[in-house]
Amino acid sequence: MKPSPFAYHAPESVDETLTTLSELGEDGKVLAGGQSLIPLLNMRLAAPPALVDLARVPELDTVEVTAEHVRVPARVTHERLRTHAEATAAIPLLRQALDWVAHPVIRNRGTALGSIVHGDPAGELPALLGLLDGNVELVSTQGRREATADSFLLGPLESDVRPGELARAVVFSRPAPRTGSAFEELARRHGDYAMAGVAVTVTLDPARNVAAARAAFIGVGGTPIGVELTDALSGQAFDALEPGEAIGLARAAIDPTDDIHATASYRRHLAGVLLGRALESAARRAAEDAAAEEGTHT
Amino acid sequence: MTTRSVGAPVARSEDPRLLRGEGRYLDDLGHDAFQIAMVRSPHAHARVLDIDVSGALEVEGLIAIHTFEDLPPRLQEPLPLLLPHPSLTAGRTQHLLADGEVNHVGEAVVMVTATDRYAAEDAAERILVEYDPLPAVVGPERARAAEHAVHDDVPDNVAAHLEQSIGDAPAAIGAAPNRLRFRLDIERSASTPMEGRGTYARWDGDDERVRLHTSTQAPTSVRAAVAAFLGLQLAQVECIAPDIGGGFGVKIMHPWPEEILVPWAARELGHDVKFTEDRREHFVSANHERAQVHWIDVGFDDDGRVLGLDVEFIHDHGAYIPYGLIVPIITSTQLIGPYKLENYRVVFDSVYTNTTPVSPYRGAGRPQGCFAMERTIDRIAAHLGKDRTEVRSVNFLQPEEMPYDFGLTFQDGRPLRYDSGDFPASLEKLKQLVDWDGFEERRAAAEAEGRLLGIGLATYVEGTGVGPYEGGHVLIEPGGTVQVSTGLSTQGQGHQTVFAQIVADELGVDLADVRVVTGDTRRFPYAVGTFASRAAVMSGNAIHLAARRVREKALRIASEALEVDAEDLELADGQARVVGSPDTAIDLKVVATLSNPLRYAFDESARIATQFANPGKEGQPPVTDDDEPGLEATDYYSPMSSTFANGMHAVEVSVDPDTSDIEVVRYAVVHDCGPLLNPRIVQGQVLGGVAQGVGGALYERMAYDEHGQLQNASFMDFLMPYATEVPSVDIDHLETPSPLNPLGIKGAGEAGVIPGAAAIAAAIEDATGVVIDAMPISPSQLHEQRLTTAQDRPGDTT
Repeated sequence: MKPSPFAYHAPESVDETLTTLSELGEDGKVLAGGQSLIPLLNMRLAAPPALVDLARVPELDTVEVTAEHVRVPARVTHERLRTHAEATAAIPLLRQALDWVAHPVIRNRGTALGSIVHGDPAGELPALLGLLDGNVELVSTQGRREATADSFLLGPLESDVRPGELARAVVFSRPAPRTGSAFEELARRHGDYAMAGVAVTVTLDPARNVAAARAAFIGVGGTPIGVELTDALSGQAFDALEPGEAIGLARAAIDPTDDIHATASYRRHLAGVLLGRALESAARRAAEDAAAEEGTHT
Repeated sequence: MTTRSVGAPVARSEDPRLLRGEGRYLDDLGHDAFQIAMVRSPHAHARVLDIDVSGALEVEGLIAIHTFEDLPPRLQEPLPLLLPHPSLTAGRTQHLLADGEVNHVGEAVVMVTATDRYAAEDAAERILVEYDPLPAVVGPERARAAEHAVHDDVPDNVAAHLEQSIGDAPAAIGAAPNRLRFRLDIERSASTPMEGRGTYARWDGDDERVRLHTSTQAPTSVRAAVAAFLGLQLAQVECIAPDIGGGFGVKIMHPWPEEILVPWAARELGHDVKFTEDRREHFVSANHERAQVHWIDVGFDDDGRVLGLDVEFIHDHGAYIPYGLIVPIITSTQLIGPYKLENYRVVFDSVYTNTTPVSPYRGAGRPQGCFAMERTIDRIAAHLGKDRTEVRSVNFLQPEEMPYDFGLTFQDGRPLRYDSGDFPASLEKLKQLVDWDGFEERRAAAEAEGRLLGIGLATYVEGTGVGPYEGGHVLIEPGGTVQVSTGLSTQGQGHQTVFAQIVADELGVDLADVRVVTGDTRRFPYAVGTFASRAAVMSGNAIHLAARRVREKALRIASEALEVDAEDLELADGQARVVGSPDTAIDLKVVATLSNPLRYAFDESARIATQFANPGKEGQPPVTDDDEPGLEATDYYSPMSSTFANGMHAVEVSVDPDTSDIEVVRYAVVHDCGPLLNPRIVQGQVLGGVAQGVGGALYERMAYDEHGQLQNASFMDFLMPYATEVPSVDIDHLETPSPLNPLGIKGAGEAGVIPGAAAIAAAIEDATGVVIDAMPISPSQLHEQRLTTAQDRPGDTT
């Protein structure tokens, strides 16, 4: 378990990173924490000729929170984002999702955006990209583009980062007023990739009935699977949800497979159970959010 | 007065060094050594048609490439069959490198030596091996069906068939008022120590000697094997086990192919050579254990008393059987547990499969036997509607019946004879510890919270302290340091601490003055090894006996020097002194100096022993006929038979009714290994064992597919429980001494793991009403089983 030979680059600015990546073309691979890439290298499942390490690019460190967005650049670790008071207050789902990510040692090194680029089907962060109407900012010496979950997450362990490009940041949209969220998953061991997991957002109308609801499932398809649940839940009181139809929709939408840890049919069952629990929590939090909102307006 | 340390919870003296990162594990040695990497088979079963190394020759740093054809004749012979047995009629062992055929994924085919492991792997990757794949035999039942053979000359895949019996089980079952028949399955797991295998050899061309460091539980036997393969005299081979990052049984297998190839390559190349196994290799090329299928047939009376038990099982020993029948023999004999079985028959086939070979992993066949017996008792209780503890009680062997000879042959070739134990007292303690009688209240409370709570228990007896012998050497240096050595090696159990405690008490010295060396053939060349929970019993007693001899000699010399009777002297605080008159004393280091008559005063303290200062007794030589120079002694302990420890575990699990997620919420252990040398260390052993038991019950399985590919050969997919999955454990001890050895002790190393799967299965069954007949079990499997059970019983809903 020693990697194949590779060249190592450690640029000190984004500009230098982009120049290096441009020169390397197909040969360059960005290293941002290495919690997935380094094991792949050591097992020789990946053998990029050159690594471009972001370890000396401090300009990619700062989380930005605006009225509309939370922007997370490429060097921000899971743990920094998980404990970032302003970002997690703006989007509580960040904290709810990151609590499930691995263990402290991995969270201290692994990066949130790196996890999205890595694209593990059971990764928590990729699910948030679609559910929070996120965008990935991709830059190269040739220019800049943005990609949504649908266009960026191509398949298991496959994302649309093109030769010469750096995934510089991910931008998540802040939720609408009276919105609550929740993340539920079940893994074989604490901190493992989940057998199934779900992130949900529920938005209430002023009467505390469901106005909108969405879910994104992990571990039950090649990429996170978003399911629109508004029609199934619309108008239901936040504290008396009847999630049966939503669970049925979700179980039909997901595409789990058998593996050594769980059967496809169990994952399908589990995903539905977790959705019911997540919806209940999210609706309750939405009501709390609504109450807090009213409090600030009086 | 020196405080007595045996029995006290003395802190482990090895820990500060190990925790500071100052341990010297195998890969910490030999930084300039060449390193080897193996090209290993990607196929479970194939002929090797061609090996093309040409693509590797350009790799920078490459030193040598060896295939089977390149080895000298002696190294083309297969590995030894370590434990021959009359019923092992078709024993096959692997070659050091594949001889035209591979029989499991991970079998070594080509050895690459390079300046470092990176270069060795670069070269290994470029070697092209052409294979002709053959059908793979996977799983015990497919092996016995024998549609395909693992070895052409063993067409039925059966290496051994063994039957043992007491009384007449079939007749007793036939006459019994109640009878149950069922099948039980245990899947494969493995030791998976933190440190894998590793071997480092230095050939000294001037001295014509090889010095071998290897991460082994049997250094003296590795030494002998290396001498045999390399055509060396024993005096030319030194074998040392350095700090070892865990063994758990897998390192009692020896010699590994690499343990022979590395010293051979060092001699051939005239350069240090090292092999450090990586994790991926360890999963496929270091041995596994556990996989067995049992068919139980039991007859019992209306009280639940077992009248006859008939067990047939298949033991999957993998592609080769270098370690013989030890695991299935232990299963056969230890299955009995604490019960008085008067009609028992056990039959097994040990079969070849195209999977990694099998040798003992902590517990060594006992977890499977315990699972079979304890699931049987639970079925009887369920059948009769009786409390599970009551059915156990009526079957217990009683303390006054000890010693009890079952009339079976144990794994050491000697009679299965329980020396002591008090099973009713242990069960009573366990019921108190876990509040067995208060469980239904807890179940009801959990149900109100929407949780399914269940309780289970399992009991076991463990033959420990297996012979034939171990030895110990104790020496008091003139500087006062006490040097202790024993031949078996240590893998983190705390032997340095415990052996020092034994010596310190006997010699009245401070623990800090005792230095213990294990597993170094330069210091102690006679040993058997570390396995079967035997180190404390075997080496502990041998060291105790050696220390007693040193004590006697010290008292004799001191009595002469002080001119008092030896009977009036005691050893304490590093002195020999008169009891009740501590001012009349002589330091032990002075006694040590006096024990060795000198000509030369090489330092100031030596003066007292030189020939003019201490001329000796008139009319006698300076060293008398019955004496030797030096304050030292060697002694050995060799038992008549194993000593049997026992214990009982009770577990509560909580099952999520919707997801079938299983959580162990309470774990209680009552453990009897005789008097505790060091309660802290015994506790550590039990806790570590429980963690492995939880792993074996809920997480760990070697997931082979039908082609013999191991699908989870990494710690990402082989699920060893984290700290978050291991419950806190309540432990209580019974201390029933063994009459078999001077310290009265029994082994404790494997105990914690044995009943885990049985007890957790019982608790899950109790929580869900689903019969658990296979372990390990995952939430997905439990979910499917609950659905099936609900369909079978339409009235129920789950």
